[in-house]
Amino acid sequence: MMPLLIARLTLQEAVRRKLVWVVLLLSAVFIVLYIYGFRVVVDDVEAFNAQRGGAPREIIPREVQMSVMVMLGLWTVNFLAGVMTIFAAVGAISSEIEAGTLHVIATKPLSRWEIIAGKYFGFLAMIVIYIGLMFASVIATARLVGDYTPPNMLTGLALMVLVSTILLSLTMLGSTIFSTMANGVVIFMLYGLALTGGLVEQIGTSLDNDTMIRLGVASSILVPSDAMWKLASYKVQPAIAVSFTGPNPFGTIVPPSDLAVRYAIFYCIAIVLASVFVFQRRDI
Amino acid sequence: MATTREHLTIHDAGAMSADLAIETRGLRKAYGDVVAVEDLTLSVRQGEVFGFLGPNGAGKSTTVKMLTGLVRPTSGHARLLGRKLGDRQAKRQIGYLPELFRFHDWLTAREFLDVHGRLAGMSREERQARIPEALELVGLAGREDDRLRTFSKGMQQRAGLAQALLHRPRLVFLDEPTSALDPIGRRIVRDVIRQLRASGVTVFLNSHLLSEVEMVCDRVAILNRGVVVAAGRLDELRPQGVSVSLRLGGWNDAVAAVVQEFGALDAHEDLGAGVALISVQLPAEEVVAGLVDRLVAAGAAIYEVTPRRETLEELFVSLVDQTDGMDVGR
Repeated sequence: MMPLLIARLTLQEAVRRKLVWVVLLLSAVFIVLYIYGFRVVVDDVEAFNAQRGGAPREIIPREVQMSVMVMLGLWTVNFLAGVMTIFAAVGAISSEIEAGTLHVIATKPLSRWEIIAGKYFGFLAMIVIYIGLMFASVIATARLVGDYTPPNMLTGLALMVLVSTILLSLTMLGSTIFSTMANGVVIFMLYGLALTGGLVEQIGTSLDNDTMIRLGVASSILVPSDAMWKLASYKVQPAIAVSFTGPNPFGTIVPPSDLAVRYAIFYCIAIVLASVFVFQRRDI
Repeated sequence: MATTREHLTIHDAGAMSADLAIETRGLRKAYGDVVAVEDLTLSVRQGEVFGFLGPNGAGKSTTVKMLTGLVRPTSGHARLLGRKLGDRQAKRQIGYLPELFRFHDWLTAREFLDVHGRLAGMSREERQARIPEALELVGLAGREDDRLRTFSKGMQQRAGLAQALLHRPRLVFLDEPTSALDPIGRRIVRDVIRQLRASGVTVFLNSHLLSEVEMVCDRVAILNRGVVVAAGRLDELRPQGVSVSLRLGGWNDAVAAVVQEFGALDAHEDLGAGVALISVQLPAEEVVAGLVDRLVAAGAAIYEVTPRRETLEELFVSLVDQTDGMDVGR
């Protein structure tokens, strides 16, 4: 009951403080540009094929071209959602302590874990709604403009939510430990580390360099967000697109295993429990 | 030092803990090497208005934060309303207005109180009935649908006070509740405190505004450097007797002898032409008339008589100076 009230307050604050509206407005701009870009690509592909006068096979299969466009869209959504999550939750606890708004809440008859749970689920609801809307927009664009539907959409959506949930968990933990400013720096460094680690692993795979692959795996253990994105992108591409594009910053040919997914879920739970542990001992 | 401290802490040996709203024993909070509260032992009875005084940095806010569960004590014991710190039942019955009051200012006054009423466990009906009352009580009726952001500091503090009283707590912590208030706001807070006392609510008032404390508090404790240096009823704490300053003509040894029959001559200043300004310590105010009669009989001309009781402020300053000199608790 109490966590629900805190979650509602968290959502209400995001709406009242216009965070939600700014994010939605900018995202709408992105979607409009995306639809336009998709249209241009589809027109190009069709013009090119028409020019070749119905040669027996396309040089790059249409499915691959459409899939690449979907991946670009989803990658951007994933990135925006990650950044939004971090910015929204960076001061979840710390800024309320710094401002003093938590004093009259934490002295009420509710436990500290209820405050963490409420805020966590409030932000999680925001993430699910946002990613859901953006994911649907990208898929709808692909279907309507490109007449293409990617496979495993629900799995992909769930994994993208998991990516932001990982970042949310880390950001919550950070905000129980650090000041808002320090937390922002720490979380963005970790986020950058995950992205770079993922890139290093891709390059390692291309060059068949074990050290680079190991570095990438280590970064995925530390922050599994990029690994989950890789898996999401692998799932929503048809096999032909995966083999055609090869390892690249947006996708992989060696997807993380189910074990990695279980690890990521366990990771989120452990990090949230850690934030409760830290927050319960923290002086406000 | 230990004996002095022991002597200065409040001990109500006879009081049962069930009658106590607040009871602490050896409560201590240290941040690394910095000791905020050294060794706090005090008892606050149910239904009294208790003034907690001290200079800035004495540890008053830290004490309140420990009692309200915001800060974990390093050591020691404390009970609120007979329950251990952090107990949900006890928390349900306390109200708190923090010193640095900041609220979610994107809420309207009504929404703010509604949220806090729900947090305090009030039902919808209770909130609907109580919120207008609480706003009325702190003089914010008519502003319920304005966002707190549009309120002045003083109005926000009063909204915070309404928040602290909303759920009809049995124990209210007010940390410098008038810091942002104008004289009218201060009067509102004083009236609210008196009403609370009338309805049997215990009030723990943190303040360095001594005049305010004198007006409303039943008992006080003075904290300095994390230790209680004096505690008790105000009239017990103030030294007995009264200090009277007199400006009189015809000053001579005979007149001086009369004065010394009544009390100790604290100060004597010769203003010239036989006029003197003296200060004398008398056992009670009632003696003043007799002294004046005898001085006139002895040939003195009385120009001015000013009795002054030692104020809480003087007591406060002298105690703080004394304990600073003793390097308490280090």
